[in-house]
Amino acid sequence: MMRVWKFGDNIDTDAIIPGRFLTIYDEKELAKHAFEGIRDDFSRLAHDWDIIVAGRNFGCGSSREHAPLAIKGVGIRIILAQSFARIFFRNAINVGLLPLVCPDTDKIKDGSLIVVKEREGIVLIDGKEYPVEPVPEFVYRIVEAAGLVEYAKQLKEAPICTKSRL
Amino acid sequence: MSTFFIPIIWAPRTDVTLSTSPPERVPAFFKASMRNTCEWYLIKLKKNSETLSCVSPKLHYPIPPIVLRLSMGATIVEKIFSSKCSHKIQAGQVVMAPVDAAMIHDITGPLAIQKFYEMKGTQVFDHKKIVMLFDHQVPADSIPAAENHVYMRKFARDQGIHNYDIAEGVCHQVVVEKGHVAPGEIVVGADSHTCMYGAVGAFATGIGSTDMGFVLKFGALYFRVPETIRADVYGTFQNRVGAKDLILSIVADIGADGATYKAIEFFGDTIQQMDMAGRMTCCNMAIEMGAKAGIVPPDATTWKYMKDRRAGIKPFELKSDSNAMFAEQRRYDVSNLQPQVAVPHNVDLGVPVSKVAGTHIDQVFIGSCTNGRFEDFVEAAEVLGDRTFSPSLRVIIIPASREEYLKTLKAGLIEKFVKAGALVEAPCCGPCMGGAFGLLAPGEVSLSTSNRNFRGRQGSTDAKVYLCSPATAAASAITGEITDPREM
Repeated sequence: MMRVWKFGDNIDTDAIIPGRFLTIYDEKELAKHAFEGIRDDFSRLAHDWDIIVAGRNFGCGSSREHAPLAIKGVGIRIILAQSFARIFFRNAINVGLLPLVCPDTDKIKDGSLIVVKEREGIVLIDGKEYPVEPVPEFVYRIVEAAGLVEYAKQLKEAPICTKSRL
Repeated sequence: MSTFFIPIIWAPRTDVTLSTSPPERVPAFFKASMRNTCEWYLIKLKKNSETLSCVSPKLHYPIPPIVLRLSMGATIVEKIFSSKCSHKIQAGQVVMAPVDAAMIHDITGPLAIQKFYEMKGTQVFDHKKIVMLFDHQVPADSIPAAENHVYMRKFARDQGIHNYDIAEGVCHQVVVEKGHVAPGEIVVGADSHTCMYGAVGAFATGIGSTDMGFVLKFGALYFRVPETIRADVYGTFQNRVGAKDLILSIVADIGADGATYKAIEFFGDTIQQMDMAGRMTCCNMAIEMGAKAGIVPPDATTWKYMKDRRAGIKPFELKSDSNAMFAEQRRYDVSNLQPQVAVPHNVDLGVPVSKVAGTHIDQVFIGSCTNGRFEDFVEAAEVLGDRTFSPSLRVIIIPASREEYLKTLKAGLIEKFVKAGALVEAPCCGPCMGGAFGLLAPGEVSLSTSNRNFRGRQGSTDAKVYLCSPATAAASAITGEITDPREM
């Protein structure tokens, strides 16, 4: 059971990590400034494996990888949103964060306790189940490897999605 | 987005997303009886413009043939991914797919190569499928640029990659004209305007350097297969109105983020009658709506273009099914379309030229991957006629590639432009790169046939860039102010 940190629609990369911190590359250092200005308690109070839940178009704005890194630095591993901005979605996976699409995030409240059964395609809140869109196995592998570079290091060949592999 | 439950008895698609546990909204009695005995479809339906998602049990008995006919068809993009992955793929799925070619240039290439080494890459997946060239800072305009070129040349030598170096022109034009992309292929490039290759009926998209490092090593990449917006274009253009005016009006209509993560299929009579140059202009600017790709279904024009560029290529049919599910369909009638100008500082701020006619300009740029082809120079030369360019401004003309340069040269147009007062440069990105040359001072105004008018794109952040067609650029270069080419 993990705590939900609820955010709204169109959370942009400047809200996730303000531009003045872009000279920092260390994820733990970036994490100290995550959501600074819009949610100051987040970086102090969020724990490992807490979950960010947001509305539409999470991570819109710039292509900076600092944004998913800052979130990952806090210890977050999963973000649930109704939709993600295109580049953020990729950047998140590539640094080892799992973005999951959940159409029902508007029913999830800040501070709720949540269980994400990502491989079963559901999240559990207050005994209720909500569907999340399933992602293929290799995405879990990338995330578990802590990002695309580490994943690629371990890999002999890319797991092309033929029928047997989906 | 709302979710509801319908116990359907047919499969709307044979491969909708499956979940092993029943999601919410499934009535308890149904859930109890079905649990652990079936899988669950997660289905997205389109009702007007709203997306509804619904769930349904997957029933384990054969589907009657009559019902199968009701099943949804596939878009051209879904077909390309399905073909590459050897089974049916639908929009929304995240898949690891093989790529047919990958392009790197002098700006993003060095970082991609670094990532390749970080990923413990030793040999690239296939040296013949990698296109390397330099176009942003050529000939090297600084010592760091020269160092980047040296770094990439060494990589090309070590890996056996053919390097076009600085000789051939703008990356996107070169990839297409040298036959590195063909209908039905998946091609990636470390540059946002890679979407241009959709003009030949391929799925092509721009990727970041980390992703490119992965591609260099494995020849594959994961993609979220995009939904498709179909732009159905019909009608005949007025004289001196064309593809650039069309795409500027579509960008203004859909908006800078209106097609985020989607593909745009350019479709309809007008597109079928359009030459390859015009199709490239349209697909090139798909990214300006946030799209992952632009695509034109291959037809006789495409196959004719491919014939000289890919030895032994044979035409095959590739198009969206008539019952394919589109995210959106929009219709555009071009018969009354006026020449368009995108005003500073966003590409989606397109207005008819009449709204900004008379605006003073300091520099005109005709070129770039968007409008640097022979056809574009013919369009400009026709407007120019026997006149000369206004002495009150600078006119910079840059063909997109050596091939386009030679065609323009042989047709006598280069001489015409030079005599009229233009500077004609060797093929490269030119002022559109915003760092190499042809830069604007604070307060200056540029009228450009390129693809972006963001603040600072062509120099000072206090300069202004307007975007237009080659015809409008030429007309305005004659008068010294933004001018409707139909009046010339």
